[in-house]
Amino acid sequence: MKHPRAERIRTALFRHGVLLVGLFIVAFPIWVAFVGSTLTSRDIRAVPMPLLPGSHGLETYWSVLTEGGGALSRKTPVAAMMWNSLVMAVCVAVGKIVISILSAFAIVYFRFPGRMLFFWLVFVTLMLPAEVRILPTFQVVADLGMLDSYAGLIVPLLASATATFLFRQFFLTVPKELAEAARIDGAGPLRFLWSVLLPLSATNIAALFVVLFIYGWNQYLWPLLVTKELETIVVGVYRLLAVGDDSIDWPVVMATAILAMTPPILVVVAMQRWFVKGLVDVEK
Amino acid sequence: MVFRDRFVPYLLLAPQVVVTIVFFLWPAGQAIYQSVLREDAFGLSRRFVWFENFDRLFADPAFWHSLGISILFAAAVATLALGASLMLANAANHVIRGRSWYRILLIWPYAIAPAIAGILWLFLFAPVVGIVPYILHQHFGWDWNHRLDRTEAMALVILAATWKLISYNFIFFLAGLQAIPRSLLEAAAIDGAGPARQFWAIIMPLLSPTTFFLLVVNGIYAFFDTFGIIHAVTAGGPGSPGATSILVYKVYRDAFLTLDLGASAAQSVVLMAIVVVLTVIQFRSVEKRVHYA
Repeated sequence: MKHPRAERIRTALFRHGVLLVGLFIVAFPIWVAFVGSTLTSRDIRAVPMPLLPGSHGLETYWSVLTEGGGALSRKTPVAAMMWNSLVMAVCVAVGKIVISILSAFAIVYFRFPGRMLFFWLVFVTLMLPAEVRILPTFQVVADLGMLDSYAGLIVPLLASATATFLFRQFFLTVPKELAEAARIDGAGPLRFLWSVLLPLSATNIAALFVVLFIYGWNQYLWPLLVTKELETIVVGVYRLLAVGDDSIDWPVVMATAILAMTPPILVVVAMQRWFVKGLVDVEK
Repeated sequence: MVFRDRFVPYLLLAPQVVVTIVFFLWPAGQAIYQSVLREDAFGLSRRFVWFENFDRLFADPAFWHSLGISILFAAAVATLALGASLMLANAANHVIRGRSWYRILLIWPYAIAPAIAGILWLFLFAPVVGIVPYILHQHFGWDWNHRLDRTEAMALVILAATWKLISYNFIFFLAGLQAIPRSLLEAAAIDGAGPARQFWAIIMPLLSPTTFFLLVVNGIYAFFDTFGIIHAVTAGGPGSPGATSILVYKVYRDAFLTLDLGASAAQSVVLMAIVVVLTVIQFRSVEKRVHYA
């Protein structure tokens, strides 16, 4: 500590250095993908491939959005896939939030036989991720005739232990006097939920929406199994890739990948504050 | 306790209960049931075989191989992701200028689907067109080909999985660091402790609940949420038994590609056991975290 000032500057430089290396590692794969999406197939096969964007970008993006691309026999326009992903992400997020609010409301504001049993029922869902019960869940959805439909994509994902617990924690912090007052004023439970609890929960709902939107948009195994025509975009990128090394149309794959990651990134960046709060709260 | 009604609470709970029973409990029960049955691939005949599927599974070297590489994969991903994000969060916590920029850019990978993250890394490392194999070849004479080399395939999926986790850990570490009182660090600085000493003597012990929590969450992620990365990047390969065929991938493969239903169901049950243990540990760790905060 002989030269505190020099020491401080050196530490600050070191910290910025660490962060810049981190930024580079985070950004480099995304940058290369973006560059790849603006080149022609021939540019990419030139060794080494260029690291600055080419001039072919607009054409590629326009053609994948409107027609789809790659070496597949059946092409799906990326715009249609993005629509499917959007429907899935929004319905999963909204559905999980609605279902969880209703159950948390029942648990906190009512006493009824079987309350604890229900509590455990919700908790157990945490321990059964789709990956460990894929085949039987697939069979159930097939038996219900929900393959290749929005219902089949969305409904099996709607139960949510974490969201239910989050709303339960939050409702417990709301003063009981509010509910008493509402009851004395002659409001029923649903009226109280709608006019008092929901407005109070707005921040929680927004935070949770961000986390769940990303969860829904990024689903992979489930759409891969239950959809054929109704492709979501994350699965769509994989299908463009699964054609054998030599026939992969890299610019098309990369343009589709960039389009697949843009909406969730925009949501996270635009709603950064809520998102960080939502993430930390959900895990509490 | 406020509202009294005999039917309303059940009505409110009905959607959650129906979804849970139809799509969670019933299939999980089916998995357990199928794990003690022997069934042909077309579902034409089935008979009860007690634990034969498990005996067969536990006698199969491919299963132990898969379990082994799952643990290796999870350990590597968790260690790398925790180390890298702790360094970044610690640097970001002290930096004043540009902090919000660093943060905005560092959380991008969280938003990207595992399969897409895998495809980005696949493009970087693709044997013919990829930029990294070119650099490795030019400067180190190393001919990268994860389609043939088992270690390189594993390294590639570990990199992709770690890359995706950095944001998540970064957010939690930064929140944990910001909860540490400034006065504590200033007192240490006055006593002559440099940044390194402060980190190991004060920051690390106070962060240990967060670290433990993240370790468990990272483990769950590496075991269960990395299916997309494996499926898109290596399809469990190369070789046999597959060099990157971790358990979640093997369960899928046995169920949908090789149609070995009994083995798949038995592995589902093993995976359920693993996730139950991890979830219980996770809940314990959350309790600890709350005590500390």
